[in-house]
Amino acid sequence: MQLTDINKTFGGRGADAVHALKDINLSIKSNEFISLIGPSGCGKSTLLRLVGDLITPSAGDVRVNGKPAHEARLKREYGMVFQQATLMEWRTIRQNVELPLEVMAWSADKRQARARQMLDLVHLAEFERHYPWQLSGGMQQRVAIARALAFEPALLLMDEPFGALDEMTRERMQLEVLRIWSQTHTTVIFVTHSIPEAVFLSTRVVVMSARPGRISAIVDVDLPQPRNFETREDPRFFEKITEVREALRRDEARGAALRAATS
Amino acid sequence: MNQRLERWLPALAVFIIVLVAWEGLVGAFHIQRFLLPAPSLIWTTFWRVLPDLALATGYTAGNAIGGLVLGAALGVLVALATARWTVINEGLMPFAVAVNAMPIIALAPILNQWFGLQNPFSKISVVALLVFFPVMINMVRGLTQVSPAALELFRSYAANEFIVLGQLRLPNSLPFLFSALKVGASLSVIAAVVSEYFGGTQRALGQFISQRAGLFNFPEAWAGIVVACLLGLGLYGIVVAVERAAMPWRR
Amino acid sequence: MAVAQALEPVASPSAPSAWRVVTRRAVAFLLICALLIGAWEGYKALGTATGGLIPGTTLKLPIRADDRSLPHTWRIVGSLFEPVRASDDTLLIANLLRYAAFTWFEAAVGFAMGGVIGFFLGVVFVQSELLERGLMPYVVASQAVPLLAVAPMVVIWGSQAGLPAWLAVSIIAAYLTFFPVAINTLRGLQSPDPAAIELMRSYAATPAQVLWKLRVPAALPYIFTALKISATSSVVGAIVGELPSGIQNGLGRALLTFSQYFTTGPERLFGAVLVSALVGLAFFGLVTLAELWLVPARRRLE
Repeated sequence: MQLTDINKTFGGRGADAVHALKDINLSIKSNEFISLIGPSGCGKSTLLRLVGDLITPSAGDVRVNGKPAHEARLKREYGMVFQQATLMEWRTIRQNVELPLEVMAWSADKRQARARQMLDLVHLAEFERHYPWQLSGGMQQRVAIARALAFEPALLLMDEPFGALDEMTRERMQLEVLRIWSQTHTTVIFVTHSIPEAVFLSTRVVVMSARPGRISAIVDVDLPQPRNFETREDPRFFEKITEVREALRRDEARGAALRAATS
Repeated sequence: MNQRLERWLPALAVFIIVLVAWEGLVGAFHIQRFLLPAPSLIWTTFWRVLPDLALATGYTAGNAIGGLVLGAALGVLVALATARWTVINEGLMPFAVAVNAMPIIALAPILNQWFGLQNPFSKISVVALLVFFPVMINMVRGLTQVSPAALELFRSYAANEFIVLGQLRLPNSLPFLFSALKVGASLSVIAAVVSEYFGGTQRALGQFISQRAGLFNFPEAWAGIVVACLLGLGLYGIVVAVERAAMPWRR
Repeated sequence: MAVAQALEPVASPSAPSAWRVVTRRAVAFLLICALLIGAWEGYKALGTATGGLIPGTTLKLPIRADDRSLPHTWRIVGSLFEPVRASDDTLLIANLLRYAAFTWFEAAVGFAMGGVIGFFLGVVFVQSELLERGLMPYVVASQAVPLLAVAPMVVIWGSQAGLPAWLAVSIIAAYLTFFPVAINTLRGLQSPDPAAIELMRSYAATPAQVLWKLRVPAALPYIFTALKISATSSVVGAIVGELPSGIQNGLGRALLTFSQYFTTGPERLFGAVLVSALVGLAFFGLVTLAELWLVPARRRLE
């Protein structure tokens, strides 16, 4: 996946315009796990939506597997997971997982088989006939992940998927996502504002800064795979956390200096 | 079962207390029957006038149901046709809200003249008009007020407009539709009865009540009122039952 | 719970500017009115041209296009400014406005009574779950009851009790008013976050303080949503209540009279309907203005 000279402005022209993203260049290899991290307002969600062709850049080029993002979306290469599970309350759990397959006109048999397989993957097989309101927040989020993976998208885009979950559920979900990632060989772009989460999950952490949003550092996380509970106690895990934290702090200091200079 | 009984016990108690107090007070204070006939008298009168009353109720119930179905169907169709275009909606919604703020029932005499006093359609059209606006307004809201995240999800599937309508907007609008239909159920009986006050066939519930009241035959008038109440409650109950069947995912 | 669900709180999208929205909506409203007038006159012209048939067929149009069923729109407006009778040079509009003022007065009294009762019920229900369980089903059922059918009774009771006829009409209007207010007040009073109520508890606030400092302010947007519905209902109640009441100088009576004399002066009935519509709209507008004034834009419900 290749992002070239991406710029995005919102709102009117001149002084009103908000420069959300400035000169973003990033290339992501297949089967990477990339986290986007940064202060709120740094445009990490905007960047994710640009990749997913939910919005279009003001300037620049997004290519996924050599195709423009728009084409990739029409070819259904994206799986999306949001902070809220966004399940359809009128569908059972299995029907929710089947939704993208229905949109893509799969046959009923294939749909059902795949949905069951996906629910197995997220350990929710026995809940297939339940309605969303009968599941806890963490379970709902797992359904959303199963739904996103059901059609084997080349690229999984996750926008703070665990933001609304408690710490314990969150750590379990992180392990689960890693397990699924290693089993399915998808490429993942993961937006978060938790430093340990970014480091634990990713092969690379992209650190962004705000106003205008741009990439300020990229931290390679070469911790051994597969990652597990021991990873969290590895001294190198803490080194990487410190590295990301310092990158974020450098940004903050530079931003403050810049503001002091201009005012 | 026990839980349900417990839940409804206070309501049941109120019902019995009111009924007993009503009967008792009417007897104890010799309240004249034209003021408030005792429940027992209304009950016996009801059985005596049943043939006439049933005929009148059948006519009025037919108008109420016909108008409810017609108005709701038109409301849903117009909402479907316009919800797609924000421009039309921007103009139509304030208009619909304004019309909804008018006493539509005042149109009853005009519709009587247009379609003929004896033609049931003159009553059905009043009911339909009264039901149409709340249904349309709510339906448009249900079709347009979908979660932005769900829309993004469908966009990421490259789903076309029809799929978004069928899989997202329509199911999303069902609760809105049914709350309008529940309002509509009571409105339809009110509209059917009141439109009969402005003239028309004698064999109608509204005429039955106002005639008996005019002749100071209050037990019979009350029997008619009770039937009108039951008709309203019955229609409401039907809508609730259909709602349960249409939305099994609800608790 | 019918109305309650219809009023699901939906935060209004960040309004650009109240006045711009109002102007845009007013323009759209007038545009649609113009379209309707055009359709009315167009239908009439078409019907006159084909002799009351659907063009190209021998089928009759559903509504006759003659001057009796569909008077020219300008005739309707014109008739408002003609004398009521040859012997009486009062203009029709003057009479109708007098009736309208009277009917609106009945409606407003009913609206005030219904509003207070509805609010009171909401407060009682939020304090006592037992009362809510015992009475709420009847509050809901009361709306499935076509009270307007009882209107003749209410008028007779009123006169027996020595009340003026207009007060009986107001009571009917109040009946239609109280329900949305009761339901929405209850919902509004229950709307604060449980944490906010616990916070008030931690200050050792009295129940009255919790009510007035937390619950009532939180309920305000809900109450206004109900009051807007009630404004219309109270006018409907007043018009219908007048039908059996023998009141001579109200809009309901005027509608009945003019529909009886429809053959000789159809425009008058249309004029009376027009004025009724304006009364409903004006009352609705008045409540909406009060809402604009009392409820901050961000908290208004759709």
